Amino acid sequence: MQQSRWTWRLLALPGVAWLAVFFLVAFYAVLAVAFGNQDTLSNPVPFWNPLDWNVGYVLEMLRNYWEGGPFLTVSLRTIEFVAIALVLSLLIGYPVAYYTARHAGRWKGLILLALILPLWINYLMRMLAWINLLAPDGIGSEMLHSLGIEWAFLQIGLLDEPGGWLNGQPITVILALVYGYIPFFILPLFVAIDRIDKRQIEAARDLGASPLGAFLRVTLPLSVPGILAGAVLISLPMFGDYYTADLVSASTQTNMIGNQIDIFMRQGSEKVTGAALTLLLSVFLLILMLYYLRTTRQSGTSAQTA
Amino acid sequence: MSWLRNPWGRPRWLIAITGFYVLWSVVPVLLAIAFAFNSGRSRTTWQGFSFRWFTGETGSVLNDPALRDALEHTLLLAVICVAVATPLGVALALGLQRWRGRGSGTVNTLMLLPLVTPEIVLGVALLLLFLRIFPGIGLGTEAQAIGQVTFALSYVVVIVRGRLVSIGPEFEEAAADLGAPPRDQLFRVLLPLLAPAIVASAAVVFAISIDDFVVTQYLASDASTTTVSMLLYANARGAPTPALNAIATVGLVITLATLTAAFLVYRRFAGGKEATSLATLEV
Repeated sequence: MQQSRWTWRLLALPGVAWLAVFFLVAFYAVLAVAFGNQDTLSNPVPFWNPLDWNVGYVLEMLRNYWEGGPFLTVSLRTIEFVAIALVLSLLIGYPVAYYTARHAGRWKGLILLALILPLWINYLMRMLAWINLLAPDGIGSEMLHSLGIEWAFLQIGLLDEPGGWLNGQPITVILALVYGYIPFFILPLFVAIDRIDKRQIEAARDLGASPLGAFLRVTLPLSVPGILAGAVLISLPMFGDYYTADLVSASTQTNMIGNQIDIFMRQGSEKVTGAALTLLLSVFLLILMLYYLRTTRQSGTSAQTA
Repeated sequence: MSWLRNPWGRPRWLIAITGFYVLWSVVPVLLAIAFAFNSGRSRTTWQGFSFRWFTGETGSVLNDPALRDALEHTLLLAVICVAVATPLGVALALGLQRWRGRGSGTVNTLMLLPLVTPEIVLGVALLLLFLRIFPGIGLGTEAQAIGQVTFALSYVVVIVRGRLVSIGPEFEEAAADLGAPPRDQLFRVLLPLLAPAIVASAAVVFAISIDDFVVTQYLASDASTTTVSMLLYANARGAPTPALNAIATVGLVITLATLTAAFLVYRRFAGGKEATSLATLEV
């Protein structure tokens, strides 16, 4: 048996080595650049030895946050967009997941297929679809106009001008984020609600709970893990998103933190600042990532013992 | 509130929301597909049916060099990604499944990290890696393939481990009791049993490689390394022709055909219930 145990570890070795180099070392490169320096052409000069690390760039960025500079504005805007998108996703997604799990009956398979399908459609194609629809002469804008929705949005001030959905409107970016990520939110939620034992609800009713009481005290608490899992699952990519805002707004007024990183790293040449910002974003998201890993590990082990 | 009074009755407003949601999520894409067949240059006004943006002499997916090259490069990356990530991931899944004790927890976490890391962070990290540590590889096709494999690997491991858990250790133990050496246990017992999961994970890797955008864009070098996703990003807001819809449609058909085929194979050989859980959980 000793020999076969080594066989198994040997099998894992190439994959582990791959992840070590292309994930861990790659992330270390972010640290080395963020705590490094730049030459006169503003090319990054990484400092590989942690003892040499230069905290200047990161400190300067933190000072910018402290003094309420542009980084703080962009970060707060990102949090605002993501928070509103999460609330909207919950308001739309919960009824859909609840209906599919509980009431869909013979339609369940078909609706489930419709819920899964968007996951496998290229995100950019789904954004392209909306760009076509929301163009000033697009079918979507015309429908929103004739239904009076455009008028309502203009009155509330969510839209600047008639037909201007794609002209840097925060509401368009938020709705595009919802459209883009909500399928990833609904599925874990569906699984959580689907797993709830119906006998628990029957028991609550038998013991005198009102229908609303049974929903609030049985179904809702039992679906909280699904809500949290879905929320974390879509928050992580939303916090790093730059293409959605770029595509449906293309205005610096709706830039998110991902746009800021993208401007530094890919479009411009301030890679050191970009790496420092990536580092701050990762630290910020670490709590969410660890939470998600912990819950998936737990459900993984319970599935193994079951 | 009748839906609450009778939790198994017909909840009208839930039906309405769900119906609206399904239409909202699917119809825009269907319209985008429809406009790929527009005979005019507009992506917003219908001018009649034609295949010109797929096979026309100029500006079509087939005959416009930029579009054709992007499609070819996308497929090339997907094939490389499947060829590298699938064996690597299957081996890692097998190794992790039997590896108990020291180090296994760390590797388990490491394996899941790429799934939860926002792509822009991975993109930035790999960009700096290839610029500063492996300037020999540099940016371009190799870097793009390596980047895609790095997160595709986790999907393979998750799918294959799911199947490993469901087949249990009995077959392997029986083989061992009958005197099969570890090599035979692996090649003559485990791998055949895992075949449906391997096919499924290869299809999933193929699909996520085709649909990937951020990492692929960060590790691209010049126009020759443009993929379909990058093309969509670069041109969606310009004044392009329905050819953009056409190339997106081609990508969609390839992705869905691959996944459907793999799903059918999986259901045929591993049972319908497992196939459904694969479809709902592997996101």
